[in-house]
Amino acid sequence: MHTKTIAELVRGLHNRDFSSEELTRHFLRRIEQLDERYNSFISLTAEQALAQARQADQRLADSNETSLLCGIPLAQKDIFCTQGVRTSCGSKMLDNFIPPYNATVIQRLNDAGCVSLGKTNMDEFAMGSSNETSYYGPVRNPWDRECVPGGSSGGSAAAVSACLAPGATGTDTGGSIRQPASHCGVTGLKPTYGRVSRYGMIAFASSLDQGGPMTRTAEDAALLMNVMAGFDEKDSTSIDHAVPDFTTNLNNDLKGLRIGLPVEYFGDGLDVGIQNAIEQAIKTFESLGATVCDVHLPHTNLAIPAYYVIAPAEASANLSRYDGVRYGYRCEDPQDLFDLYTRTRAEGFGDEVKRRILVGTYALSAGYYDAYYRQAQRIRRLIKNDFVAAFEQVDVIMGPTTPTPAFKLGEKSTDPVAMYLGDIYTIAVNLAGVPGLSIPAGLVDSKPVGLQIIGNYFDESRMLNIAHRFQQVTDWHKQTAPGIDS
Amino acid sequence: MAIDREEIEKIATLARIKLDEQQIPQVTQSISDILALVDQMQSVDTDGVTAMANPLDATQRLRPDEVTERDERDAFQGIAPNAESGLYLVPKVIE
Repeated sequence: MHTKTIAELVRGLHNRDFSSEELTRHFLRRIEQLDERYNSFISLTAEQALAQARQADQRLADSNETSLLCGIPLAQKDIFCTQGVRTSCGSKMLDNFIPPYNATVIQRLNDAGCVSLGKTNMDEFAMGSSNETSYYGPVRNPWDRECVPGGSSGGSAAAVSACLAPGATGTDTGGSIRQPASHCGVTGLKPTYGRVSRYGMIAFASSLDQGGPMTRTAEDAALLMNVMAGFDEKDSTSIDHAVPDFTTNLNNDLKGLRIGLPVEYFGDGLDVGIQNAIEQAIKTFESLGATVCDVHLPHTNLAIPAYYVIAPAEASANLSRYDGVRYGYRCEDPQDLFDLYTRTRAEGFGDEVKRRILVGTYALSAGYYDAYYRQAQRIRRLIKNDFVAAFEQVDVIMGPTTPTPAFKLGEKSTDPVAMYLGDIYTIAVNLAGVPGLSIPAGLVDSKPVGLQIIGNYFDESRMLNIAHRFQQVTDWHKQTAPGIDS
Repeated sequence: MAIDREEIEKIATLARIKLDEQQIPQVTQSISDILALVDQMQSVDTDGVTAMANPLDATQRLRPDEVTERDERDAFQGIAPNAESGLYLVPKVIE
Protein backbone atom coordinates (compact mmCIF):
# COMPACT_ATOMS: atom_id res chain seq x y z
CA MET A 1 0.00 0.00 0.00
CA HIS A 2 2.84 2.43 0.89
CA THR A 3 4.52 2.26 -2.54
CA LYS A 4 1.36 3.39 -4.32
CA THR A 5 1.15 6.85 -5.79
CA ILE A 6 -1.36 9.39 -4.52
CA ALA A 7 -3.36 8.93 -7.74
CA GLU A 8 -3.56 5.18 -7.04
CA LEU A 9 -4.52 5.77 -3.41
CA VAL A 10 -7.27 8.17 -4.54
CA ARG A 11 -8.74 5.39 -6.71
CA GLY A 12 -8.40 2.90 -3.84
CA LEU A 13 -10.26 5.19 -1.45
CA HIS A 14 -13.02 5.94 -3.91
CA ASN A 15 -13.41 2.21 -4.77
CA ARG A 16 -13.58 1.41 -1.04
CA ASP A 17 -10.57 -0.91 -1.35
CA PHE A 18 -9.46 0.55 1.98
CA SER A 19 -10.52 3.39 4.25
CA SER A 20 -8.58 6.53 5.04
CA GLU A 21 -8.26 5.27 8.61
CA GLU A 22 -6.67 2.01 7.41
CA LEU A 23 -4.36 3.93 5.13
CA THR A 24 -3.41 6.38 7.87
CA ARG A 25 -2.76 3.60 10.39
CA HIS A 26 -0.55 1.87 7.85
CA PHE A 27 1.65 4.94 7.35
CA LEU A 28 1.72 5.78 11.08
CA ARG A 29 2.88 2.22 11.80
CA ARG A 30 5.60 2.49 9.18
CA ILE A 31 6.84 5.78 10.64
CA GLU A 32 6.86 4.34 14.17
CA GLN A 33 8.73 1.23 13.04
CA LEU A 34 11.15 2.66 10.51
CA ASP A 35 11.80 6.36 11.07
CA GLU A 36 14.51 5.80 13.67
CA ARG A 37 16.61 4.88 10.62
CA TYR A 38 16.01 8.20 8.89
CA ASN A 39 14.93 10.79 11.50
CA SER A 40 12.67 12.33 8.89
CA PHE A 41 9.95 13.43 11.33
CA ILE A 42 10.25 15.95 14.16
CA SER A 43 6.69 15.42 15.39
CA LEU A 44 4.25 12.63 14.74
CA THR A 45 0.58 13.62 15.16
CA ALA A 46 -1.03 10.18 15.32
CA GLU A 47 -4.19 11.06 17.24
CA GLN A 48 -4.99 14.07 15.13
CA ALA A 49 -4.25 12.09 11.98
CA LEU A 50 -6.68 9.33 12.93
CA ALA A 51 -9.37 11.89 13.79
CA GLN A 52 -8.86 13.56 10.40
CA ALA A 53 -8.94 10.14 8.70
CA ARG A 54 -12.24 9.22 10.33
CA GLN A 55 -13.72 12.55 9.25
CA ALA A 56 -12.45 11.92 5.73
CA ASP A 57 -14.07 8.48 5.73
CA GLN A 58 -17.38 10.10 6.65
CA ARG A 59 -16.97 12.56 3.80
CA LEU A 60 -16.08 9.75 1.39
CA ALA A 61 -19.19 7.82 2.43
CA ASP A 62 -21.16 10.69 0.92
CA SER A 63 -21.20 10.10 -2.82
CA ASN A 64 -21.21 13.85 -3.45
CA GLU A 65 -17.68 14.32 -2.12
CA THR A 66 -15.77 16.24 -4.78
CA SER A 67 -12.34 16.61 -3.18
CA LEU A 68 -10.05 14.09 -4.87
CA LEU A 69 -7.51 14.23 -2.08
CA CYS A 70 -10.03 13.54 0.69
CA GLY A 71 -8.51 10.94 3.00
CA ILE A 72 -4.96 11.08 1.62
CA PRO A 73 -2.25 11.17 4.33
CA LEU A 74 0.58 13.65 3.88
CA ALA A 75 3.63 14.84 5.80
CA GLN A 76 4.08 18.57 6.42
CA LYS A 77 7.41 20.33 6.53
CA ASP A 78 7.83 21.76 10.02
CA ILE A 79 8.02 25.27 8.58
CA PHE A 80 4.25 25.46 8.02
CA CYS A 81 2.32 26.68 11.05
CA THR A 82 -0.16 24.09 12.31
CA GLN A 83 -2.73 25.25 14.83
CA GLY A 84 -2.24 23.46 18.14
CA VAL A 85 0.71 21.42 16.85
CA ARG A 86 4.31 22.37 17.67
CA THR A 87 6.00 24.06 14.68
CA SER A 88 9.73 24.17 15.34
CA CYS A 89 11.22 25.17 11.96
CA GLY A 90 14.07 22.86 12.95
CA SER A 91 15.19 25.32 15.64
CA LYS A 92 15.65 25.37 19.39
CA MET A 93 14.22 28.89 19.12
CA LEU A 94 10.79 27.45 18.28
CA ASP A 95 11.06 24.12 20.10
CA ASN A 96 8.16 25.20 22.34
CA PHE A 97 6.16 27.13 19.70
CA ILE A 98 2.57 26.00 19.24
CA PRO A 99 1.00 28.24 16.60
CA PRO A 100 -2.45 29.67 17.27
CA TYR A 101 -3.31 29.48 13.55
CA ASN A 102 -2.82 27.41 10.39
CA ALA A 103 -0.70 28.35 7.40
CA THR A 104 -2.86 28.82 4.30
CA VAL A 105 -1.27 25.73 2.70
CA ILE A 106 -2.21 23.65 5.76
CA GLN A 107 -5.72 25.11 5.85
CA ARG A 108 -6.28 24.32 2.17
CA LEU A 109 -5.05 20.73 2.57
CA ASN A 110 -7.20 20.29 5.70
CA ASP A 111 -10.24 21.65 3.90
CA ALA A 112 -9.60 19.21 1.05
CA GLY A 113 -9.78 16.37 3.58
CA CYS A 114 -6.08 15.50 3.64
CA VAL A 115 -4.68 13.82 6.73
CA SER A 116 -1.54 15.24 8.35
CA LEU A 117 0.72 12.44 9.64
CA GLY A 118 3.22 14.77 11.27
CA LYS A 119 5.86 17.45 10.81
CA THR A 120 9.04 16.72 8.93
CA ASN A 121 12.63 17.48 9.81
CA MET A 122 14.45 20.30 8.04
CA ASP A 123 17.51 22.51 8.20
CA GLU A 124 17.10 25.17 10.89
CA PHE A 125 14.91 27.95 9.48
CA ALA A 126 15.40 26.27 6.07
CA MET A 127 19.05 27.42 6.01
CA GLY A 128 21.06 24.52 4.70
CA SER A 129 21.51 22.03 1.88
CA SER A 130 22.04 18.86 3.88
CA ASN A 131 19.53 18.84 6.75
CA GLU A 132 22.51 18.84 9.13
CA THR A 133 21.69 22.22 10.68
CA SER A 134 18.48 20.90 12.29
CA TYR A 135 18.26 21.19 16.09
CA TYR A 136 16.66 17.72 15.94
CA GLY A 137 19.65 16.04 14.30
CA PRO A 138 20.38 15.20 10.67
CA VAL A 139 18.10 13.21 8.40
CA ARG A 140 19.60 10.18 6.69
CA ASN A 141 19.18 9.48 3.00
CA PRO A 142 17.10 6.31 2.49
CA TRP A 143 19.30 5.34 -0.48
CA ASP A 144 22.47 5.47 1.61
CA ARG A 145 22.16 6.24 5.27
CA GLU A 146 25.73 7.50 5.45
CA CYS A 147 24.68 10.29 3.07
CA VAL A 148 22.66 13.46 3.50
CA PRO A 149 19.14 13.66 2.05
CA GLY A 150 19.77 17.21 0.89
CA GLY A 151 18.04 20.22 2.34
CA SER A 152 16.38 22.13 3.57
CA SER A 153 13.27 19.95 2.96
CA GLY A 154 15.33 16.82 3.76
CA GLY A 155 12.76 15.25 6.07
CA SER A 156 9.97 15.58 3.52
CA ALA A 157 12.15 14.11 0.75
CA ALA A 158 13.33 11.21 2.91
CA ALA A 159 9.79 10.48 4.16
CA VAL A 160 8.44 10.22 0.61
CA SER A 161 11.50 8.27 -0.57
CA ALA A 162 11.21 5.76 2.29
CA CYS A 163 7.45 5.43 1.67
CA LEU A 164 6.60 6.82 5.11
CA ALA A 165 4.16 9.19 3.37
CA PRO A 166 2.84 9.23 -0.20
CA GLY A 167 3.51 12.97 -0.48
CA ALA A 168 4.77 15.92 1.51
CA THR A 169 4.96 19.68 1.51
CA GLY A 170 8.28 21.46 1.10
CA THR A 171 9.61 24.96 0.68
CA ASP A 172 12.31 26.21 -1.66
CA THR A 173 14.35 29.40 -1.22
CA GLY A 174 17.48 28.39 -3.15
CA GLY A 175 16.75 24.77 -4.08
CA SER A 176 15.30 23.38 -0.85
CA ILE A 177 12.60 21.32 -2.62
CA ARG A 178 14.48 20.35 -5.78
CA GLN A 179 17.87 19.43 -4.31
CA PRO A 180 16.55 17.00 -1.66
CA ALA A 181 14.07 15.63 -4.22
CA SER A 182 17.05 14.97 -6.49
CA HIS A 183 19.13 13.33 -3.74
CA CYS A 184 16.27 11.13 -2.51
CA GLY A 185 14.83 10.12 -5.89
CA VAL A 186 11.46 11.88 -5.65
CA THR A 187 9.57 14.51 -7.66
CA GLY A 188 9.66 18.05 -6.27
CA LEU A 189 8.16 21.25 -7.68
CA LYS A 190 9.05 24.82 -6.76
CA PRO A 191 6.22 26.85 -8.30
CA THR A 192 6.44 30.38 -9.71
CA TYR A 193 7.11 32.91 -6.94
CA GLY A 194 3.74 34.00 -5.55
CA ARG A 195 1.82 30.94 -6.78
CA VAL A 196 1.52 29.25 -3.37
CA SER A 197 0.67 31.36 -0.32
CA ARG A 198 3.45 32.12 2.13
CA TYR A 199 0.99 32.96 4.91
CA GLY A 200 1.97 30.96 7.98
CA MET A 201 5.06 29.57 6.26
CA ILE A 202 7.85 30.71 8.56
CA ALA A 203 9.81 33.34 6.66
CA PHE A 204 13.45 32.91 5.65
CA ALA A 205 14.00 35.16 2.59
CA SER A 206 10.62 36.56 1.67
CA SER A 207 11.34 37.52 -1.95
CA LEU A 208 12.59 33.98 -2.70
CA ASP A 209 10.57 31.60 -0.46
CA GLN A 210 8.01 29.41 -2.19
CA GLY A 211 6.13 26.31 -1.03
CA GLY A 212 5.47 23.30 -3.21
CA PRO A 213 4.75 19.56 -3.35
CA MET A 214 7.14 16.60 -3.00
CA THR A 215 5.74 13.34 -4.34
CA ARG A 216 6.62 10.15 -6.19
CA THR A 217 5.23 11.28 -9.56
CA ALA A 218 4.48 14.42 -11.56
CA GLU A 219 0.81 13.42 -11.62
CA ASP A 220 0.77 13.44 -7.81
CA ALA A 221 2.50 16.83 -7.76
CA ALA A 222 -0.28 18.12 -10.06
CA LEU A 223 -2.94 16.78 -7.70
CA LEU A 224 -1.32 18.54 -4.73
CA MET A 225 -0.81 21.76 -6.69
CA ASN A 226 -4.54 21.83 -7.41
CA VAL A 227 -5.09 22.29 -3.68
CA MET A 228 -1.98 24.24 -2.66
CA ALA A 229 -1.88 26.93 -5.38
CA GLY A 230 -4.01 30.04 -5.55
CA PHE A 231 -4.28 33.67 -4.60
CA ASP A 232 -4.35 34.47 -0.89
CA GLU A 233 -5.12 37.95 0.33
CA LYS A 234 -3.32 37.13 3.59
CA ASP A 235 0.00 36.96 1.70
CA SER A 236 0.97 40.39 0.40
CA THR A 237 3.12 38.88 -2.38
CA SER A 238 0.60 36.26 -3.48
CA ILE A 239 -0.10 36.61 -7.19
CA ASP A 240 -3.68 36.94 -8.40
CA HIS A 241 -3.18 34.80 -11.49
CA ALA A 242 -5.58 32.22 -12.95
CA VAL A 243 -4.93 28.77 -11.50
CA PRO A 244 -5.44 25.95 -14.01
CA ASP A 245 -6.35 22.34 -13.23
CA PHE A 246 -2.76 21.10 -13.23
CA THR A 247 -3.86 17.58 -14.26
CA THR A 248 -5.62 18.65 -17.49
CA ASN A 249 -2.54 18.76 -19.72
CA LEU A 250 -0.61 15.86 -18.19
CA ASN A 251 -1.01 13.66 -21.25
CA ASN A 252 -0.37 16.28 -23.93
CA ASP A 253 1.89 15.22 -26.78
CA LEU A 254 5.48 16.52 -26.58
CA LYS A 255 5.89 16.72 -30.36
CA GLY A 256 7.51 20.03 -31.23
CA LEU A 257 8.47 20.86 -27.64
CA ARG A 258 11.59 23.06 -27.67
CA ILE A 259 14.08 22.16 -24.93
CA GLY A 260 17.01 24.45 -24.13
CA LEU A 261 20.18 23.15 -22.50
CA PRO A 262 22.13 25.93 -20.75
CA VAL A 263 25.79 25.48 -21.68
CA GLU A 264 26.70 26.95 -18.28
CA TYR A 265 25.02 23.96 -16.54
CA PHE A 266 27.20 21.35 -18.25
CA GLY A 267 30.68 22.66 -17.47
CA ASP A 268 33.37 22.05 -14.86
CA GLY A 269 32.24 20.57 -11.58
CA LEU A 270 29.45 18.43 -13.02
CA ASP A 271 29.80 14.76 -12.09
CA VAL A 272 30.31 12.66 -15.24
CA GLY A 273 27.75 10.07 -14.18
CA ILE A 274 25.13 12.80 -13.68
CA GLN A 275 25.99 14.34 -17.03
CA ASN A 276 25.47 10.96 -18.72
CA ALA A 277 22.14 10.41 -16.98
CA ILE A 278 20.91 13.86 -18.02
CA GLU A 279 22.02 13.32 -21.62
CA GLN A 280 20.16 10.00 -21.63
CA ALA A 281 17.02 11.74 -20.34
CA ILE A 282 17.31 14.36 -23.09
CA LYS A 283 17.47 11.56 -25.68
CA THR A 284 14.26 10.17 -24.24
CA PHE A 285 12.59 13.54 -24.78
CA GLU A 286 13.89 13.63 -28.36
CA SER A 287 12.34 10.21 -28.93
CA LEU A 288 9.05 11.72 -27.68
CA GLY A 289 9.24 14.40 -30.39
CA ALA A 290 11.03 17.27 -28.63
CA THR A 291 13.77 19.32 -30.26
CA VAL A 292 16.87 20.33 -28.34
CA CYS A 293 19.21 23.31 -28.63
CA ASP A 294 21.80 25.12 -26.52
CA VAL A 295 20.82 28.26 -24.65
CA HIS A 296 22.94 30.69 -22.63
CA LEU A 297 22.39 31.91 -19.09
CA PRO A 298 25.51 34.08 -18.99
CA HIS A 299 25.12 35.38 -15.43
CA THR A 300 24.92 31.89 -13.87
CA ASN A 301 28.22 32.31 -12.02
CA LEU A 302 26.85 35.39 -10.22
CA ALA A 303 23.76 33.64 -8.84
CA ILE A 304 25.43 32.24 -5.71
CA PRO A 305 27.18 35.53 -4.79
CA ALA A 306 23.96 37.55 -5.28
CA TYR A 307 21.90 34.97 -3.38
CA TYR A 308 24.28 35.05 -0.40
CA VAL A 309 23.60 38.74 -0.04
CA ILE A 310 19.86 38.83 -0.71
CA ALA A 311 18.88 35.73 1.29
CA PRO A 312 20.91 36.60 4.42
CA ALA A 313 19.81 40.26 4.24
CA GLU A 314 16.15 39.29 4.17
CA ALA A 315 16.76 36.61 6.80
CA SER A 316 18.41 39.10 9.15
CA ALA A 317 15.28 41.27 8.95
CA ASN A 318 12.81 38.37 9.20
CA LEU A 319 14.57 36.69 12.11
CA SER A 320 14.73 39.90 14.15
CA ARG A 321 11.27 38.89 15.42
CA TYR A 322 12.80 36.16 17.62
CA ASP A 323 13.43 38.32 20.65
CA GLY A 324 12.40 36.12 23.57
CA VAL A 325 9.41 38.34 24.32
CA ARG A 326 6.34 37.16 22.42
CA TYR A 327 6.85 33.46 21.75
CA GLY A 328 9.56 30.85 21.41
CA TYR A 329 12.73 30.44 23.43
CA ARG A 330 13.78 32.88 26.14
CA CYS A 331 17.11 32.69 27.99
CA GLU A 332 17.18 32.04 31.73
CA ASP A 333 17.39 34.95 34.14
CA PRO A 334 18.00 37.92 31.80
CA GLN A 335 19.80 40.80 33.51
CA ASP A 336 18.35 43.55 31.30
CA LEU A 337 16.60 43.90 27.94
CA PHE A 338 19.84 43.82 25.92
CA ASP A 339 20.94 40.69 27.76
CA LEU A 340 17.50 39.14 27.11
CA TYR A 341 17.80 39.74 23.37
CA THR A 342 21.43 38.80 22.87
CA ARG A 343 21.47 35.66 25.00
CA THR A 344 18.08 34.44 23.76
CA ARG A 345 19.33 34.70 20.19
CA ALA A 346 22.80 33.29 20.97
CA GLU A 347 21.30 30.26 22.72
CA GLY A 348 18.21 29.81 20.51
CA PHE A 349 19.84 29.93 17.06
CA GLY A 350 22.34 27.45 15.67
CA ASP A 351 25.66 28.36 14.03
CA GLU A 352 24.48 28.51 10.39
CA VAL A 353 21.50 30.71 11.23
CA LYS A 354 23.69 33.08 13.24
CA ARG A 355 26.22 33.16 10.41
CA ARG A 356 23.56 34.21 7.90
CA ILE A 357 22.04 36.80 10.23
CA LEU A 358 25.52 38.33 10.69
CA VAL A 359 26.23 38.37 6.93
CA GLY A 360 22.83 39.95 6.28
CA THR A 361 23.26 42.52 9.03
CA TYR A 362 26.63 43.45 7.56
CA ALA A 363 25.26 43.75 4.01
CA LEU A 364 22.47 46.05 5.19
CA SER A 365 24.58 48.13 7.57
CA ALA A 366 25.38 51.79 6.96
CA GLY A 367 27.96 52.30 4.24
CA TYR A 368 27.66 48.82 2.74
CA TYR A 369 24.08 48.79 1.42
CA ASP A 370 24.89 49.97 -2.12
CA ALA A 371 27.93 47.73 -2.53
CA TYR A 372 26.09 44.61 -1.37
CA TYR A 373 22.29 44.65 -1.32
CA ARG A 374 21.75 47.11 -4.18
CA GLN A 375 24.39 45.43 -6.33
CA ALA A 376 22.87 42.00 -5.61
CA GLN A 377 19.42 43.25 -6.63
CA ARG A 378 20.82 44.59 -9.88
CA ILE A 379 22.53 41.29 -10.62
CA ARG A 380 19.24 39.61 -9.82
CA ARG A 381 17.70 41.61 -12.67
CA LEU A 382 20.46 40.42 -15.04
CA ILE A 383 19.81 36.81 -14.01
CA LYS A 384 16.09 37.23 -14.61
CA ASN A 385 16.81 38.76 -18.03
CA ASP A 386 18.90 35.69 -18.91
CA PHE A 387 15.85 33.49 -18.37
CA VAL A 388 13.49 35.85 -20.19
CA ALA A 389 15.81 35.80 -23.22
CA ALA A 390 16.16 32.00 -23.12
CA PHE A 391 12.38 31.54 -23.02
CA GLU A 392 12.09 33.53 -26.24
CA GLN A 393 13.93 30.64 -27.93
CA VAL A 394 12.69 27.57 -26.06
CA ASP A 395 9.67 26.30 -24.11
CA VAL A 396 11.58 24.79 -21.20
CA ILE A 397 15.14 24.58 -19.93
CA MET A 398 16.61 21.30 -18.75
CA GLY A 399 19.75 20.32 -16.90
CA PRO A 400 20.97 18.64 -13.75
CA THR A 401 19.44 19.60 -10.39
CA THR A 402 22.73 19.13 -8.56
CA PRO A 403 26.39 18.84 -9.66
CA THR A 404 27.01 15.68 -7.59
CA PRO A 405 24.94 12.89 -6.04
CA ALA A 406 24.18 13.00 -2.30
CA PHE A 407 27.35 13.57 -0.30
CA LYS A 408 28.39 12.01 3.02
CA LEU A 409 27.11 13.31 6.33
CA GLY A 410 29.74 15.65 7.75
CA GLU A 411 31.57 16.02 4.44
CA LYS A 412 30.76 19.71 3.99
CA SER A 413 29.31 20.71 7.35
CA THR A 414 32.46 22.55 8.47
CA ASP A 415 32.88 24.49 5.22
CA PRO A 416 29.87 26.74 4.56
CA VAL A 417 31.17 28.04 1.23
CA ALA A 418 31.65 24.48 -0.15
CA MET A 419 28.08 23.71 0.93
CA TYR A 420 26.75 26.87 -0.79
CA LEU A 421 28.47 26.05 -4.11
CA GLY A 422 26.47 22.81 -4.43
CA ASP A 423 23.35 24.88 -5.16
CA ILE A 424 24.76 26.29 -8.39
CA TYR A 425 21.93 24.99 -10.65
CA THR A 426 18.97 25.74 -8.39
CA ILE A 427 19.59 29.20 -6.94
CA ALA A 428 19.17 31.27 -10.11
CA VAL A 429 15.64 29.89 -10.49
CA ASN A 430 14.61 31.44 -7.16
CA LEU A 431 16.30 34.74 -7.98
CA ALA A 432 14.38 34.91 -11.27
CA GLY A 433 11.17 33.62 -9.63
CA VAL A 434 10.48 31.09 -12.39
CA PRO A 435 9.22 27.58 -11.56
CA GLY A 436 11.57 24.59 -11.30
CA LEU A 437 10.90 20.87 -11.06
CA SER A 438 13.22 17.97 -10.22
CA ILE A 439 12.38 14.41 -11.27
CA PRO A 440 14.33 11.16 -10.90
CA ALA A 441 16.34 10.44 -14.05
CA GLY A 442 18.95 7.84 -13.17
CA LEU A 443 21.28 6.40 -10.58
CA VAL A 444 24.98 7.11 -10.05
CA ASP A 445 26.84 4.90 -7.54
CA SER A 446 23.39 3.58 -6.52
CA LYS A 447 22.27 7.12 -5.64
CA PRO A 448 19.49 9.04 -7.41
CA VAL A 449 20.06 11.70 -10.06
CA GLY A 450 17.60 14.56 -10.54
CA LEU A 451 16.70 16.12 -13.88
CA GLN A 452 15.75 19.75 -13.45
CA ILE A 453 13.03 21.19 -15.67
CA ILE A 454 12.84 24.99 -15.52
CA GLY A 455 9.75 26.64 -16.97
CA ASN A 456 8.59 30.12 -17.82
CA TYR A 457 6.51 32.06 -15.31
CA PHE A 458 3.22 30.28 -14.46
CA ASP A 459 4.04 27.37 -16.81
CA GLU A 460 3.87 24.65 -14.13
CA SER A 461 1.13 22.83 -16.02
CA ARG A 462 3.37 22.25 -19.05
CA MET A 463 6.34 21.28 -16.85
CA LEU A 464 4.21 18.65 -15.13
CA ASN A 465 3.00 17.43 -18.54
CA ILE A 466 6.63 17.04 -19.68
CA ALA A 467 7.59 15.22 -16.49
CA HIS A 468 4.52 12.99 -16.65
CA ARG A 469 5.25 11.89 -20.22
CA PHE A 470 8.83 11.10 -19.19
CA GLN A 471 7.57 9.06 -16.26
CA GLN A 472 5.29 7.07 -18.55
CA VAL A 473 8.25 5.80 -20.59
CA THR A 474 10.86 5.49 -17.80
CA ASP A 475 10.81 3.84 -14.39
CA TRP A 476 13.37 5.84 -12.38
CA HIS A 477 10.57 7.29 -10.28
CA LYS A 478 9.31 3.78 -9.45
CA GLN A 479 12.62 2.58 -8.06
CA THR A 480 12.74 2.48 -4.29
CA ALA A 481 15.66 2.74 -1.94
CA PRO A 482 17.26 -0.53 -0.77
CA GLY A 483 15.32 -2.16 2.04
CA ILE A 484 11.99 -0.55 1.13
CA ASP A 485 9.76 -3.53 0.41
CA SER A 486 6.35 -3.21 -1.11
CA MET B 1 36.72 41.25 1.61
CA ALA B 2 38.23 40.33 4.95
CA ILE B 3 36.44 41.57 8.00
CA ASP B 4 38.14 42.22 11.33
CA ARG B 5 37.26 41.34 14.87
CA GLU B 6 36.04 44.82 15.74
CA GLU B 7 33.56 44.80 12.85
CA ILE B 8 32.27 41.35 13.80
CA GLU B 9 31.62 42.59 17.32
CA LYS B 10 29.79 45.64 15.96
CA ILE B 11 27.61 43.53 13.64
CA ALA B 12 26.86 41.05 16.42
CA THR B 13 25.67 43.95 18.58
CA LEU B 14 23.49 45.27 15.75
CA ALA B 15 22.06 41.78 15.23
CA ARG B 16 21.57 41.31 18.99
CA ILE B 17 23.54 38.07 19.08
CA LYS B 18 25.99 37.51 21.93
CA LEU B 19 29.26 36.00 20.73
CA ASP B 20 31.52 34.21 23.19
CA GLU B 21 35.14 35.30 23.21
CA GLN B 22 36.39 31.93 21.93
CA GLN B 23 33.88 31.89 19.02
CA ILE B 24 35.01 35.20 17.56
CA PRO B 25 38.07 34.03 15.53
CA GLN B 26 36.09 31.23 13.86
CA VAL B 27 33.06 33.44 13.15
CA THR B 28 35.33 36.14 11.74
CA GLN B 29 36.95 33.60 9.44
CA SER B 30 33.69 32.11 8.13
CA ILE B 31 32.08 35.51 7.55
CA SER B 32 35.25 36.62 5.69
CA ASP B 33 35.05 33.48 3.52
CA ILE B 34 31.42 34.22 2.65
CA LEU B 35 32.18 37.86 1.87
CA ALA B 36 35.03 36.73 -0.41
CA LEU B 37 32.50 34.59 -2.32
CA VAL B 38 30.01 37.45 -2.47
CA ASP B 39 32.65 39.91 -3.66
CA GLN B 40 32.64 38.26 -7.11
CA MET B 41 29.69 40.59 -7.70
CA GLN B 42 31.86 43.66 -7.47
CA SER B 43 33.53 43.02 -10.85
CA VAL B 44 30.24 43.43 -12.71
CA ASP B 45 29.26 46.78 -14.17
CA THR B 46 25.59 47.22 -13.31
CA ASP B 47 25.26 50.91 -14.18
CA GLY B 48 21.81 51.52 -15.59
CA VAL B 49 20.38 48.20 -14.36
CA THR B 50 17.26 48.65 -12.25
CA ALA B 51 17.43 46.85 -8.91
CA MET B 52 14.93 43.99 -8.68
CA ALA B 53 13.05 43.37 -5.45
CA ASN B 54 10.25 41.15 -6.74
CA PRO B 55 10.50 38.60 -9.57
CA LEU B 56 7.32 39.90 -11.20
CA ASP B 57 8.00 43.52 -10.26
CA ALA B 58 4.78 43.39 -8.27
CA THR B 59 4.05 46.30 -6.00
CA GLN B 60 2.43 46.27 -2.59
CA ARG B 61 -1.26 45.53 -2.77
CA LEU B 62 -3.46 47.82 -0.68
CA ARG B 63 -6.74 46.98 1.00
CA PRO B 64 -9.47 49.11 2.52
CA ASP B 65 -8.58 50.31 6.01
CA GLU B 66 -11.09 48.10 7.78
CA VAL B 67 -10.77 45.88 10.80
CA THR B 68 -10.69 42.31 9.52
CA GLU B 69 -8.88 40.50 12.31
CA ARG B 70 -10.52 39.22 15.46
CA ASP B 71 -9.03 40.06 18.85
CA GLU B 72 -6.95 37.00 19.70
CA ARG B 73 -4.74 38.56 22.33
CA ASP B 74 -5.32 35.79 24.85
CA ALA B 75 -4.36 33.08 22.37
CA PHE B 76 -1.24 34.97 21.33
CA GLN B 77 -0.17 35.79 24.86
CA GLY B 78 -0.87 32.23 25.94
CA ILE B 79 2.32 31.17 24.16
CA ALA B 80 4.49 34.04 25.43
CA PRO B 81 7.41 33.24 27.75
CA ASN B 82 6.12 35.74 30.29
CA ALA B 83 2.83 37.66 30.02
CA GLU B 84 0.48 39.02 32.64
CA SER B 85 -2.71 41.12 32.59
CA GLY B 86 -2.47 41.53 28.82
CA LEU B 87 1.14 42.71 28.96
CA TYR B 88 4.37 41.07 27.83
CA LEU B 89 6.84 41.15 30.70
CA VAL B 90 10.51 42.00 30.12
CA PRO B 91 13.35 43.02 32.49
CA LYS B 92 13.02 46.53 33.88
CA VAL B 93 14.02 49.12 31.26
CA ILE B 94 13.91 52.31 33.36
CA GLU B 95 15.31 52.45 36.90
